[in-house]
Amino acid sequence: MKPVTPASGKKSPPDMQLTTQRYKRIATWLLIVIVLVLCSIQTKVTPYQLIVGLPQMGSLLQEMIPPDWSYVPTIWGPMLETIQIAIVGTTLGGIIAVPVALLCAYNIMPNKLVSIPMRIVLNLVRTVPDLLFASIFVAIFGIGPFAGMLALVFFSFGIIAKLTFEAIEAIDPGPLEAMTAVGASRMQVIIFGVVPQALPYFISYFLYTFEVNIRAASVLGLVGAGGIGLLLDRSLGLFRYDRASMIILLTLVIVLVIDYGSTRIRRKLL
Amino acid sequence: MRGTTSYKPMGARIRFWVIAIVILAIYYWAFQGMHFEGIQATTKSVSLSILDGFLHPDWAYVYIPEGEDLLRGLLDTLIISILGTFVSAFLCIPFAFWASTNMSKRIAVSGSGKAVLSFIRVFPEIIVAILFIKAVGPGAFAGVLALGIHSIGMLAKLYSETIESIDSGPQEALIASGANRLQVLRYAVLPQVIPQFLSYSLYRFEINIRSATTLGLVGAGGIGTPLIFALQVRNWNRVGVILLGIVVLIILTDLISGWLRKRII
Repeated sequence: MKPVTPASGKKSPPDMQLTTQRYKRIATWLLIVIVLVLCSIQTKVTPYQLIVGLPQMGSLLQEMIPPDWSYVPTIWGPMLETIQIAIVGTTLGGIIAVPVALLCAYNIMPNKLVSIPMRIVLNLVRTVPDLLFASIFVAIFGIGPFAGMLALVFFSFGIIAKLTFEAIEAIDPGPLEAMTAVGASRMQVIIFGVVPQALPYFISYFLYTFEVNIRAASVLGLVGAGGIGLLLDRSLGLFRYDRASMIILLTLVIVLVIDYGSTRIRRKLL
Repeated sequence: MRGTTSYKPMGARIRFWVIAIVILAIYYWAFQGMHFEGIQATTKSVSLSILDGFLHPDWAYVYIPEGEDLLRGLLDTLIISILGTFVSAFLCIPFAFWASTNMSKRIAVSGSGKAVLSFIRVFPEIIVAILFIKAVGPGAFAGVLALGIHSIGMLAKLYSETIESIDSGPQEALIASGANRLQVLRYAVLPQVIPQFLSYSLYRFEINIRSATTLGLVGAGGIGTPLIFALQVRNWNRVGVILLGIVVLIILTDLISGWLRKRII
């Protein structure tokens, strides 16, 4: 299956192209290998470490099975708190996201002096990971679910506003033009033209962010921001791996149930 | 506008109200758990000192000739996400072929593959990182493994969707001319999917660099470790410069990776 090359004579232009392509490919792979080797030298991450670590991983898994079922009543409360944090955080983030999304969309806010700074702020908010927000808010407001909720407000605001303003920009301009032509005000155009078209997308993104936030909320406790993560941290610190695996198991079940429900609602919407 | 609202049938109206009451009840319950009154009295002074710290970042921390500084932390974070993405980009290829419906004749095979992938996806990467820290000890290695394993879930799903969407023409032509399975894979499937694979891997790299900044918060290497130390001793000037570094690093990698992705496709 090799490319056919003429046996003798000067190479034709397509052949030259093939050779340069091959050299380029070899150069790319070489570059990748060099970067990888440099990376593993810098951080001392080598396959050798993996081989050394494998037996330890095995014994860790052995200790995690079977999970400590008697721990369920204790973790049920923090688990519910995790869900509460996710619900409130997503909702407040979604509410703040609405005006910002409208201000970011070029077809609603043609004035670029407003929309471009809004977009820059949005991009800046989205660069900060949720756990970083949480660790800062824990420092400000103290340990507890309130810090976690605030972290999720900022985190989900970034996601929902970004996705929603892209959906708003993609809506059908027909109804908006018709309304403007008959003399509707900016507010009326938004309420009767934009909202009906963008609402299903908004709710869908809202639910998607909620799914993301349930996962995020389950680890917020590791930095002290409430929820189930605190207990996970504690049981890992006490080397109670059977309890840790119970917490992980319950989190998985809750995440799967919420994912399933939210996906069904989203399918109905779009 | 009011006169045009049509009256909905009774059943739809009852359904609407039931849903509304359920949602209100959920919100009532959720807000109960937030303890708004539990906010510390020191909040104001702490916020002011944080603001002061952010306005006067600890520039001396950016580069210290000997030992731990911002640039080395960011470099470690970058390396963890590069290696993690690389590990998962290769590990997920067999998973992707396992989970794609057009690569196996039985639906049970691809169905089980998809189930395994969604199982991997539910684990938050921080939890994966903690488990690896317990197994191989704290450090960059645990971070690389955590990202490598966690990313399989998403990458293999995207890869398998790419494989499912390929044109079956070249594949059939090769089979008709007597090529074996490996040759079909090499000359019909791979050329079609490689650009998309690369693009998805870069996209995942953008996500991984965000995760890598937080992995250090639990001890899995990178910039998160000095950040959590600075937070614990309330050294806000240092926190400010570290956050600034993280934001700059993420923006830069997003720009470079976005440019590369545009060139690939």
